[in-house]
Amino acid sequence: MTATSAGTAGEDSDRRRGALMAAAQAGDRGAYEALLRDCLPLIRSAARGQGVAADRLEDVVQDVLLTLHRVRHTFDPSRSFNAWLRAISQRRAIDVQRRQSRQRLREVHDPGAYEDHPDPAASPDHGLDRVTQAQRMREALAALPPGQRQAVEMLALQDQSLAEAAAATGRSKVALKVNLHRAVKALRARLAPGDES
Amino acid sequence: MSAAGWEPHEALIRELTAELRPVRRLWSPPWRTAVWAAVLVVAAGGLACVSDLHAIWLRLTGASDMWLAVVGSVVTALTAGLAAFELSLPDRSRAWALLPLPGLALWLGASGMGCLRTTLIPAARMPTMGEESHCLMFIVGVSVPLSLLLLAMLWRARPLRPGPVAAMGGLAAAAAAASLLSFIHPYDVAASDLVFHTVAVGIVILIVRALGGRALGAPTSSGSGRMRRRG
Repeated sequence: MTATSAGTAGEDSDRRRGALMAAAQAGDRGAYEALLRDCLPLIRSAARGQGVAADRLEDVVQDVLLTLHRVRHTFDPSRSFNAWLRAISQRRAIDVQRRQSRQRLREVHDPGAYEDHPDPAASPDHGLDRVTQAQRMREALAALPPGQRQAVEMLALQDQSLAEAAAATGRSKVALKVNLHRAVKALRARLAPGDES
Repeated sequence: MSAAGWEPHEALIRELTAELRPVRRLWSPPWRTAVWAAVLVVAAGGLACVSDLHAIWLRLTGASDMWLAVVGSVVTALTAGLAAFELSLPDRSRAWALLPLPGLALWLGASGMGCLRTTLIPAARMPTMGEESHCLMFIVGVSVPLSLLLLAMLWRARPLRPGPVAAMGGLAAAAAAASLLSFIHPYDVAASDLVFHTVAVGIVILIVRALGGRALGAPTSSGSGRMRRRG
């Protein structure tokens, strides 16, 4: 394509968009919808020209669409629509970049922070706590009546189904569920914080 | 264009289209400046009714710097108004902000010449501090309604750069107020006078830029303002 034909094509699209905008100013929704869709590549191009990062490009497009809608009465059909839209796009691109800069200033970039952060689970105290908790759990289980202890071991710890546990123990499913419920209630009471007995 | 190109904004486009209403195009900046000039002519006419026009004529034509300073302030008021209207539109060059500079230079230059003349004339009458503060109050006070009028006219354009637009409007209002001051300013410009006038104009520009800029940049209550942003 030669430079002359490219220029003519650009002028044609400018005139077409200008005509669509003039129709939109008069309330033509079809023209407006077509115009907004037609504008998207131009907006993206203007935003990229301002150095907007790819992940922020659609934010700029959205801002420009909203601005275009708000200031559509300022378009003069005797002037270039593309220049009008490009000016709005560049302005909104600058706004988005400023917002991004402010955000960067508020957020601290410290790639070593995760590696440097001490893992509380790795401390000797934490290990001691886990041993103590396991011991308390074993004691609490041992203190349960045999039926309840059996229900916890088979259904919760060994992950058996009600049918399997019922077949193995010869008890009904209802009896196993009742025993499990009572066992959980008793364990909660025994292991509640503050009850160190 | 591929469908994927506009899909992310399909909902927004549909929403904007659905709420589209016919709009009245904004008048061109020269026409809006003409309205602004008409307001100033009416204000000047009102002041002329209560002023001694013959005395004003004699005073202004007594020395070239006197009428040049008035011409400079009037030109500044009009060119700053035109610049504000132009800058309020998205596709106008920022170079419009330079338009009031020649008028401003003439205004300040002629006033400075006046100061020099009154300094060289022996026993020239110097304005008192009370008269100076009266001038300052006049410029600031008259600038308030003029600034409000200009901001109302500028607000319709929903300027993308509200701060500079408001500042330019402030300069136009302050220059207009200083021009109107000529009707009730019964003495030549002295150095202190020039300082007070400049301070008054500076105060008006700063206040209008701060408050007016915020007002011009405030979101509107139209439908697009209510639209939720994509997360």
